[in-house]
Amino acid sequence: MAETPLVETPWQTVGPFFHYALPFEGGERLATGATPGTHIIVEGRLLDADGAAVPDGLIEIWQANAAGRYSHPEDSQDKPLDPDFDGFGRTPTDEEGWFRFYTVKPGAVPGRDNAPQAPHICISVMGRGILRRLVTRLYFADEAANAYDPVLGLVPEERRATLIAAPGGDGTTYRLDIRLQGDNETVFFDI
Amino acid sequence: MSQPPAYRREQPGSQPASHSPGYVSTIARSPRQPLVILPHTLSEITGPVYGHARIGPLDADLTRQHEGEPLGERIIVSGRVLDENGRPQPGTLVELWQANSAGRYIHVRDQHPAPLDPNFTGAGRTVTDENGVYRFVTIKPGAYPWRNHPNAWRPPHIHFSVFGPSFVTRLVTQMYFPGDPLLAFDPIYNSVADPKAAARMISQFDLATTVPDWALGYRFDIVLRGRDATPMEA
Ligand SMILES: [Fe+2]
Repeated sequence: MAETPLVETPWQTVGPFFHYALPFEGGERLATGATPGTHIIVEGRLLDADGAAVPDGLIEIWQANAAGRYSHPEDSQDKPLDPDFDGFGRTPTDEEGWFRFYTVKPGAVPGRDNAPQAPHICISVMGRGILRRLVTRLYFADEAANAYDPVLGLVPEERRATLIAAPGGDGTTYRLDIRLQGDNETVFFDI
Repeated sequence: MSQPPAYRREQPGSQPASHSPGYVSTIARSPRQPLVILPHTLSEITGPVYGHARIGPLDADLTRQHEGEPLGERIIVSGRVLDENGRPQPGTLVELWQANSAGRYIHVRDQHPAPLDPNFTGAGRTVTDENGVYRFVTIKPGAYPWRNHPNAWRPPHIHFSVFGPSFVTRLVTQMYFPGDPLLAFDPIYNSVADPKAAARMISQFDLATTVPDWALGYRFDIVLRGRDATPMEA
């Protein structure tokens, strides 16, 4: 790897006292009633090695809109942008480790070499005891495209289920627990 | 669609290990399975363009958010947000939070028996200017004890959160003060094993940032992941 003039500043934990600084009103609500697309709830629990709730975590998500376009200048796809949908969410976990986002199901976006990716949401996990952000993804169990998603394809088959959210009975709530360690440890990515 | 260049991979030794047993809370909160290397896609090279509308005029001055001035040593913390190639990062959100001068957070879960300051909340935000420069006015935070091990004290520090232009460039760190004797004993600071890398979190006293008769200045440049030189295949 070529040398660069500068090196990335080290990560440090957000610690236990971020709650009055980072969460913002509506941070868990990405979609309004007028947002085009299938309105969904994405929820889960953040759990530690013993399966105990992590009540002082911070979850951020980043996703494309329902048409599969990111609200970002480097997404030059010819797909509609929704002025009211920025695709970013942030919420602290609650006492039982729950996080919950109100959003729309993202459309498919291209991967490398234009290989299609299955619809997915990018997730950052932070918290006390988490020195550096842990990055994972959420996929939707009812998407046939999962079968050929190039990123899921990088994950050992027996661990893929940790990235796939199942729809609840109402068909609009998707649940994905994030397990930091231990049985069914969530797959985290090196980006 | 052709994609802009990917970002560089992380440079070895530049970051803390998730599992750093000296910081006890990491033991049950760090993965044991290897990370899966994810070559950057459109999902990683884009990221939230966020928060500009939410910045208020007093958000970067933590000494003027209440009726009176907070107690403590008034300081200016300023610097540039750069990428690893040395390019300034304009228009990026910088958020910060900290303890008061007595070492107490306004947070409900902070039980340290030091006084709260009715004139200090300890949270601020700003956006970098066209040269990537940010500037905060605040007070120097105090050290505070924590329960990690007997007689454990966090060195005075300011928490920083920065987005940069993509999902890859997200950074949350802590800024420390030069010459602090507590750094040597702090497992969070020392979770970055290479002392040279850890020292990138230490601000520098800066006379040019210091305002005469008013406040000491500290300089803290923040470096985010940079672009790779070679473009991604279309
Ligand atoms: Fe702190």
